[in-house]
Amino acid sequence: MTINELSQKLDLKIITKTEKNIEKEVTGVYSCDLLSHAMAKINEGDVWITVHTNLNVVAVASLTDCACVLIPENIEIDNQTIERASEKDVMLLASEKSAALLCYEIFKLIKD
Amino acid sequence: MSSVVVRDYIIPANDFTIAGDASSNVRKILSQIGVAPDIVKRTSIAMYEAEINAVIHGNGGQAHVEIDENKIVIIISDQGPGIADLELAMQEGYSTAPDSIREMGFGAGMGLSNIKKNSDILEIKTAVNEGTTVYITVFFK
Repeated sequence: MTINELSQKLDLKIITKTEKNIEKEVTGVYSCDLLSHAMAKINEGDVWITVHTNLNVVAVASLTDCACVLIPENIEIDNQTIERASEKDVMLLASEKSAALLCYEIFKLIKD
Repeated sequence: MSSVVVRDYIIPANDFTIAGDASSNVRKILSQIGVAPDIVKRTSIAMYEAEINAVIHGNGGQAHVEIDENKIVIIISDQGPGIADLELAMQEGYSTAPDSIREMGFGAGMGLSNIKKNSDILEIKTAVNEGTTVYITVFFK
């Protein structure tokens, strides 16, 4: 499943101005707000769900080659972060749902 | 062995707008010269953690990077407060990061252990009030 398909199925908002990686394959989901822990554990192709919206999220996403970053519960995202993510081709998505619900729904979609 | 690529970076104190730029740049160089993706990832995680440590704890510092055909050596040094108990600092979960840093998602106490896990050789020289220098080596094969 691609980020594009996932965002349509789960009604996710695409926040970044770049859509360069929209056809990137999603192979897993990982949720964690401790950046060092996330950095150690995220696998390439994971959707990374985090409540953080600062610039460091873009750095961690870029270093781990996760498929995209998904911000839950409509948490406001800093403009600076959106700009940086767009520059680095890191896909940022958002949803009104909780991290737990998103994990469940993404996992179900990938499993099928 | 002659060095193929040598780079020096300044790491400013408490500036998260450019924190990670040095590791991002090194990651790009390693990818361009054809280093295996898993080695690139290990190297960039180790370097990013060390860079962030210098930003958070060391009042900023410098990164010196040397890449030859077999390995990368990263030296990150700061003139910060130093580490009083290195053994304790190496323990996963131990952190002295202030609340403002924890609110950004850092301060889990995993930085040094992440560096150790992702490097082949790690050496840390530190003394209280004299700063800290971290030597990271990652072999390409």
